[in-house]
Amino acid sequence: MIQHSHLLAEHAVRSDVVKAGDYYMEVVKAGQTIRILDIEGNQAADTLFYNAIDPSERYSAVDTIREQGNVYLTAGSTLLSNEGRAMLEIVADTCGRHDTVGGACATESNTVRYALEKKCMHACRDSWLLAVAQNEHFGMTKRDITHNINFFMNVPVTAEGGLTFEDGISGAGKYVELKAQMDVIVLVSNCPQLNNPCNAYNPTPIEILVWN
Amino acid sequence: MAQKIFSDVIPGASHWSLVVPAGHSLTFIDVNGGANVSLLFYNPVNPLERYNAPDTLKCQHTFKLTTGHCLYSDMGRIFCSVVADDTGWIDTVGGLANEQKVTQKWGQRDYQKDRNQWHQNGYDSMLVEVAKYGLGKRDLAANLNLFSKVQADGQGNLSFVEHHSKAGDQITLRFEIDTLVVLSTCPHPMNSAEEYPFNSIEMSLSKSAPVLADDACKTSRPENERGFENNHRYCSHA
Ligand SMILES: [Zn+2]
Repeated sequence: MIQHSHLLAEHAVRSDVVKAGDYYMEVVKAGQTIRILDIEGNQAADTLFYNAIDPSERYSAVDTIREQGNVYLTAGSTLLSNEGRAMLEIVADTCGRHDTVGGACATESNTVRYALEKKCMHACRDSWLLAVAQNEHFGMTKRDITHNINFFMNVPVTAEGGLTFEDGISGAGKYVELKAQMDVIVLVSNCPQLNNPCNAYNPTPIEILVWN
Repeated sequence: MAQKIFSDVIPGASHWSLVVPAGHSLTFIDVNGGANVSLLFYNPVNPLERYNAPDTLKCQHTFKLTTGHCLYSDMGRIFCSVVADDTGWIDTVGGLANEQKVTQKWGQRDYQKDRNQWHQNGYDSMLVEVAKYGLGKRDLAANLNLFSKVQADGQGNLSFVEHHSKAGDQITLRFEIDTLVVLSTCPHPMNSAEEYPFNSIEMSLSKSAPVLADDACKTSRPENERGFENNHRYCSHA
């Protein structure tokens, strides 16, 4: 569902450009709103959320899609934790659909999906592992790297049970905005994928803005 | 016919686990129809390697799992292959019911009164089982639900297909590397039964037939050929 935001970039308390292949790992407080902006278009923002007080509570793709009764995320979707609690709500979305089934790229899954010799290409799960290693104060490890949201990715599911990877429906300047219902750690890998034609083999930067 | 090593009955609302060595197969039988078996897989040598639903689905371009599909770890290896599935559709997105959900649907659990007919939930039962290996809720990932079907329509709306599995329906998983298998027979969280469903399953372990070059799971997709090659490189010291 297309839903525009009234928030102005100049009123944001924080804004960060995250280059392709980099990560973003910051705490967003309950009541704050976070916008992920697809600056140049067709970029995937592979995102995980954790309860900032107790990261063993985290975004759960299966609880979220089951309880909302739909496999796609858009404005109006509530992101649930593994404990069934609301973590964030998508309050604006100019893209219209985001994937939460397809997961994140990894060097290991690249060997399976594309070719064995792709094993040394940088991937989202490398970025997340570096993020948790460089931010030890959160107390997280590989155990905490779970099933994520792919903002701006279009992965249609068919009634027959097929799963397809389509060209993105995002474009330059499209964004998704979420309001935090609890203090959350936001962990984003701005995808460095060089094997998938859906980004024209050209990963690009995103911007992350936060409002009080 | 493969040589059976043992078979066992797991009652409904229960949990169990075992390490299945490479080259062995587990067959699950839905005894009365309408059963659900939630499954998670871990590498017993390094439990940080675990079943990864997104990798499994996207590398085979599928939302459902059935005969011919392989179930992948997050390390690009195949835990097991689905070599037989009478039901045609294994759910991988429905997850587990938690205590709140079970209470809403079927009422509070009360061991004091109900004894082993209590309303156990899938989430707690998996937590108990993984704790036996030093694992906890941080290690629970999106699970499989054998005998259950969750479908999406063209708009992505999900529905649970009632009476998907019939009495006697069988699913066989052939294990390709040593795997810690954790399971629960609690009802699927989308099951709309009026009464809490207690459905037992029969589970048997057998020695697998050798995986030949033209094996249906290996050749079903070029991705699976590469997954088997990753397994080969991992196990080649053996
Ligand atoms: Zn990626």
